[in-house]
Parts: sequence; C-alpha cells; structure tokens
Amino acid sequence: MSAGEQSLAAPARRSFLKLVPGFSGLVLGVGLDGLPLLAQAADAPKFGGDGMPNGLQDSPLTFVAIGRDGTVSIVVHRSEMGQGIRTSLPRVVADELEADWKRVRVLQAPGDEARFGNQDTDGSRSMRHWFDPMRRCGAAARQMLEGAAAARWGVPVSEVRTELHRVLHPASRRSLGFGELAEAAAALPVPGRDALKFKSADKFRYIGKQTTQSVDGPAIVTGKAVYGADLQLPGLVHAVIARPPVLGGKLRSVDSSAALKVPGVLKVFELPGTPPPSEFQPIGGVVVVARDTWAAIQGRKALKLEWDDGVHGSYDSAAYRKTLEASVQQPGGKVLRDEGDTTAALAGAARRLQAEYYVPHLAHAPMEPPAAVARIVGGRCETWAPVQSPQAARDRVAKRLGLAAEQVTVNVTLLGGGFGRKSKPDFVVEAALVSQAMDGAPVKVTWTREDDLQHDYFHTVSAQRLEAGLDAQGQVTAWLHRSAEQTFISIFAPDPKQLHPIEIGLGLIGLPYAIPNIRIENPAAEAHSRVGWLRSVNNIQHAFATQSFVAELAAATGRDPRDMLLALLGADRKIDPVAIKDGWNHGESPERYPIDTGRLRRVVERVTKEASWGRKLPAGQGLGLAAHYSFVTYVAAVVQVGVDAKGRLTIPRVDVAVDCGALVNPDRVRSQIEGAVINGLSQALLGEVTFKGGRAQQENLHQYELLRMHQAPREIRVHLMASNYDLPLGGVGEPGVPPIAPALCNAIHAATGKRIRQLPIRDQLA
Amino acid sequence: MSNSFQLNGQAVTVEATADTPLLWALRDHLGLTGTKYGCGIGVCGACTVHLDGQPVRACNTPVSAVQGKRVTTIEGVSATALGRKVQQAWLDHGVAQCGYCQAGQIMSACALLKQAPKPSDTQIDQAMSGNVCRCGTYTRIRAAVKQAAGAPGAAA
Repeated sequence: MSAGEQSLAAPARRSFLKLVPGFSGLVLGVGLDGLPLLAQAADAPKFGGDGMPNGLQDSPLTFVAIGRDGTVSIVVHRSEMGQGIRTSLPRVVADELEADWKRVRVLQAPGDEARFGNQDTDGSRSMRHWFDPMRRCGAAARQMLEGAAAARWGVPVSEVRTELHRVLHPASRRSLGFGELAEAAAALPVPGRDALKFKSADKFRYIGKQTTQSVDGPAIVTGKAVYGADLQLPGLVHAVIARPPVLGGKLRSVDSSAALKVPGVLKVFELPGTPPPSEFQPIGGVVVVARDTWAAIQGRKALKLEWDDGVHGSYDSAAYRKTLEASVQQPGGKVLRDEGDTTAALAGAARRLQAEYYVPHLAHAPMEPPAAVARIVGGRCETWAPVQSPQAARDRVAKRLGLAAEQVTVNVTLLGGGFGRKSKPDFVVEAALVSQAMDGAPVKVTWTREDDLQHDYFHTVSAQRLEAGLDAQGQVTAWLHRSAEQTFISIFAPDPKQLHPIEIGLGLIGLPYAIPNIRIENPAAEAHSRVGWLRSVNNIQHAFATQSFVAELAAATGRDPRDMLLALLGADRKIDPVAIKDGWNHGESPERYPIDTGRLRRVVERVTKEASWGRKLPAGQGLGLAAHYSFVTYVAAVVQVGVDAKGRLTIPRVDVAVDCGALVNPDRVRSQIEGAVINGLSQALLGEVTFKGGRAQQENLHQYELLRMHQAPREIRVHLMASNYDLPLGGVGEPGVPPIAPALCNAIHAATGKRIRQLPIRDQLA
Repeated sequence: MSNSFQLNGQAVTVEATADTPLLWALRDHLGLTGTKYGCGIGVCGACTVHLDGQPVRACNTPVSAVQGKRVTTIEGVSATALGRKVQQAWLDHGVAQCGYCQAGQIMSACALLKQAPKPSDTQIDQAMSGNVCRCGTYTRIRAAVKQAAGAPGAAA
C-alpha cells in the first residue's frame, strides 16, 4: 500500500473505533438453548420484557455515563437495523434525564444479557419492552445528579430541579452543570424504583416529538457508517464458504487444486457442519480464504465439489404444494380453536363458501448479506457482526470453540437490514471457526447474495383453506380455517410437524370476529429446508388468507367489503387471549393486552375515511381494504390500484392507519409503516423461492426480485392514531406488513373482478 | 497488476488482478467501505459510483477498466455542492432506515441531478429504478431528490 492509500483507509478505521466502544469487566452470560418460548410452568408467569431471557435492566450505572465535560453517553443494547432504535431509546433516557440531546453520544453495547438484559432485537419488542426501563434509567440518573447538587449546596433535594443539562436551585439562583456533578452523583446509591419521579407526558422534550434526526444519519449519507461487512482490521483475510446446497447435505469430496492456483487464495479447508436440526450453528462446507473477497469468490468457483444430498434431496416445492393443498382438504389436523359446533353449523348453513390460498417460500434478502469478522487472541474470541441477537451469537461461538461465554466478545455493528435473518447468528460462528483454522488471524466471512438466497432460513410455504357458512340473511355463522405450514421449530428439534404456539399466535388463532362457530385446524407438515422467522412471520400468510376471504364473502353476498369487515368485528369488546386458547399472546399479559376489537374497528374507520372509501373510480381502478392485529398493534390498510387492458398494474396510493398506543418516535413509526407497505407489496407481487432437488432455485436478485422505485406507490399516507400513554405500547417494526398483500389483492379484485389466491401475483393479471 | 486511477481527487494504485471488480478494490484494498456489495451482478445498485461523472456499478466494472479515469465514491461526493445538497436533503427527509443502500441511492441521485437539475417523476423513476431499497424508503427518496432539485413544496 502506498502512503496515500493508508490515509484513505484511516477514516474508516477511526469511525469504527468510535462506533464500537470497548467494554471491560464482562460478566458471565447465560447460555440459552433454542427460543424464548412460554413461561415455564413451574414459575409464576412473567410477561413482556420480564418474560424474555435475562429480562430487563434499568440501572443508570449500566446505561449512562457522564463525563466531566458534561458529555452524556447512553448505551443502546438493541440492534439497529433501520427501525431507528439507536436514536429512539437514547432519546427516552435523555428526556427523563433532562439531558441536552446535542451533548448526548450513543454507544453500542456488545452481546451481554446478564449486564444489559435481553437483547433479541426481533418480535417488534425493543420500544414495547424498553420504554419503561429506559425512563426509569433516565429518571434515576437525574435524581442522582439532583442529590449530588443538593448535597453540595446543603439544601433539601426537594428544592432543586433539573433543566436541560443543569441542576438548578431556584431559591438561591445557583446551578451546576451535569459535568460538574457527574463524579459525586456516581457515588450515590441508585434510587429504588419506588423513589423515582417521572415527567408527565406534557413535559417531554424528545419523546413523542416529530424529528427526522437520527444518530446514524450523517454517517450513513457520507458512507462512513460501519456495517458488519465494513469492518477493517490490520491483517484481515477474507473468506467465502461453499455450503451444502440441500438441508442436511454432506460433503462427499472436494478437489481444491484449481482453487489454490487462483491468485490471492491462501487456504482451502473443510468446515464441519452441525446436522439438522442445526439451530444457529453453521451447516458446514468448504472454506476458501484469500487476500481479498474477490479472490475468495474466484477460488470457490474453481472448487470441484460433490455432495451427498441426503433425505431432503428430493424436495420439490411444486410437488410439495400438492401435498400441502391435499392436507387442508381433509379434517384430522390438530384442532387449535373450537367454539360452537362448526361442522354442524356449516352443514346447516343456507350458503357455504370456501377458498384456498397459497403463499410460497420467501427469503429475507437484507441489502447487506450476512457477514462477520472474528479473531482469536490469547484464548479469547472477538467478533464484529450485524446481529439481532448478540447474546445468542456469543453463546453459539463459545459453544463451538469450547470457550466460556465471557471469553467471547460480540461487538454489534449496524445491520444492513435484518428482517429476522440476522437473529440467526450462524455466520458469526462461521467467522470464529475460520479464524480458529487460521490460527486466530482476523477473518471476514462474506456471504455472497447467492449464498444468502440459497442458504437462508426460509419463510415457510403454506396452504390454507377457509370455509364459511352463512345464514339466509347473509350473516356469517360458521368459520373453518385449516392452515398447513412448516414450523420454524424444525431448526431446533427433530422433525416437528405442527405449528408452535408462537406461530399459531401470529394471526391464526386470534381471529377477532363475532362468529358463534369457529374452528381452526393445523394439519401436519414437514420442513425440508431451514425454516426461520421473517418480518411479521406467519402473519404474512394468515392475514393474506383471512383478509382476502372476508372480501370474498363480501363479494359473494353483494356487500361492501368494509361493511362486511365491520359486521364481522361486531360490537366492541376485549377478547381474552386465554379464552380463545392463545397460549402465547406475544409474550404479553392477557389482562394488559387483550384483543381490543374497538381499536381494530377504529383503524378500519380511520383508514377508509382518509382514503375516501366508496368514492367512484374510473374503470380498471379499485380500492382494497384489509385489517390485521399483530404484535399487539392494530393496523388497517387501503391500497389503490389501476390495472390496464394488458394486465399492467399500477399502485398510485396506499393509506395505512396504525394504533400502537403511544408514539415514542412518530417519524420512525411512519417510516417503519412506509417500509412495511413496500415490503408487503414486494412479497405479494414478486416474492417466491422455489425448490428443486432440494435446492433453492433463485440465485440472485434478478430471480428473487424486490420492488423498485418505478413500481412503488407514489403516495404512502400513514395515519397514526393519537398517541396514548395510557394504552400499553404496541410493536411497530412488523405489524405494518400483514394487511398489505390482502389489501392489494382486494383492490385488484375491485378493479378487475379477478381474485388472486396464490402469491406472488407476478403475471397472473396478464 | 498495478491499476492506477483518480479516486475522489487523489491518485491511487491498486495491486489486484485485472478482473477484480472496482467494488472489491475499493473495499478490500483501499479501505473505502461506503460503496456496498449487494448482489455482485449489477442489479441492485448498492455499489453505484461515478466513473468520469457517469453512474456505474462498481461490482461489474473491472478495476483494469478504470485505469487513468476518475472515480468518485460516496466518500468523495461531499466535495461537491450538489453532493452536499443531496446528502442534506436525505437527512431532512429522514430517508435512511438501515442505510445500507443509501450510498448507492445518493450516487444515482447526484448523477441524475447533474444531468437533469429539475427531474420529472418519470425521470426520477428511470434514474433510480436500478437502486433497490429493501427497507422501502422510495417515497422519501423521491421527496429528497425533489428537495435537492429545489422543487417548491419539497422541503421536509
């Protein structure tokens, strides 16, 4: 390298040091196997953040540091993947602390749940679970500063107050800055929870205020932001891995002679994989290490590989679809919910309607494919990675390297998209293992887009059948829903065939309609690829089927779809999740978080009003409506479409109404919903992974297409229901997605009379 | 082989095989990681840079093909008034979610605005449709491009 190149490289290195602070004094992390599922039966049930592995923490000694210069450092322990959490959570702390936001800097915590509490950034939980603890944290820090000031002045603490980075004693017109008080404040005991005094909502400076400020914005627009793929270390070498193309496949033979001749290739070796269920561990393969990423990719191309595909080598998603569709034709599946006598009610109905829906496998396809850096020095492994679950990464690396968790550090970079893919840290373990094979040298493992699409933790394929019985007046008296899907428990346990309570709780069992006879069944299905959770998860197919079917019932009975939806919702009531056998309820207390059909009704009314539902549209245009409750948030969407004579679709406008309780960072709520609209449209129009011979057929983004600017709606109007701190907080990251696909298909039906029952839509309109 | 070119106004030389894409020369050899890898086949736009002022995909541009030419990346685009205006518009509109694709988006937007200072919606579609945003920030990208173009009513 020339001197000039060195100076170019330097800024990236500096910004990395700034982004990822060193944390010393790591304490023992708790190893967890598998998912956080239900509260253990023997314990009193714990809900919300308390029910998550390693629970909640709220000590200012953990999350806040104040320097002598008054700089307030706030630690964020959740991962930033575009939802704005590195901005939103620190603003909560800063607000209660009465800190001047201009003097706040944000530090990213490494994976260490014993210290920071739960760090699994998924399930639309970061703000929902951490708003209250972060308020407590900020309030406690403020009261410690006030205590220090009162002691210094020899006045009662009740006479002092804090305002914008200063503690004031109005009676004597004295004041002290945070920096002047920091040391004395740190020596005081942390006030107990009962002693904390909180701001009232009308005093908030940052919480609930409109701003587009993001702590990472300036670094992002100047190219200085550091994602996992961007980590630079002295002496870094680059690796790519040829992985078995079929679930459970094994390497039969490898000829690496040609690969080793590729300029820049340093080493080729086999990486033993974990057989299914491989959970978050690598699936193995052949590693090519090289001087740069391109040489590693070229080296991998030159490998001569033979695989034993094993039992999943015959997986063909087209054939499997027939199996799934046959299974929903027959009773005999596991009965999840059974109210009234659905069989008798259907038999006695004046009219019966039924429809089947199909949703294919989907891929996460984050813009940044998985990537991780690792090195091993002195028996300690340090990794840098874009992970949603840094503690899981730490535990898995430790397990595979035979180290204690405290000997592993997982530094969390920015995530170039997560969508659930990066809550599975197999790629971090790979980096650690490759470093180990390279005698601890710093290694970056890069997944190419082909790797990402072919070895994803895929969204399950699904077939669903819905049947309704109506009386002579057109009222729905019976509802039968059978859904066959592969469970993501298949990555944790051998060959499970039924959905887990979490998957059932994601929009299947919680049907909020006032129908006397409801039966929901789950036929068995086997997984033949790694199945994982993808943003909004099973809600994708459940909302697609139920919300399409409601519009189908409206069409069949000549009613307006909005009227039909509101009639099904019935009188406002709070449904007890326990009473409908939802054993999960998003991990939340059934008392605090019932299903409030009034809130769902109001988002339907709001969005239809905003979208001028019922207005006359020219031929070939239509509006579609869908509403769905997920992640304890209520969302309704109206999509407007135009379909021309050649079947070309345009989507000029989408309206979405959202009730998530309080709006802590309203602009980021809006942006998440805007993104959810694009995400939902993209999956509905284009998303599909197919399998043949056990192999995913889509290799890159020309085959797994994502929605682009010219296909996107020109207008996305997000209508936020009034912020209400009395309501329990709802999730935001995921609940915008589920209603989009059915609202789109309902709009297409309104425009053309054509009913879409299988996704993606792709060329079905031609 | 030695590959010499102008990078953000500075002369640089990269020792890499002739077929090495500019993307990996920038990221792995020169340590400029603002230019992102997204697909490697020129369909996602995350690696968009300017080559003699024209937007190109660094992932399918061999480093040997930029010999003696001018390359501008996201790290260099702040040196121009237009670049700063576009970056500021991105901040004002809170465009970025994860931000990974935004360097490429900004490079495409700068190239568009240089060629068409007051772009129509159709021109924005044409210029920006090669850049995928998986987070779905397109409506804000459009608004930010219009603000940078000085369109009335486009301010955040």
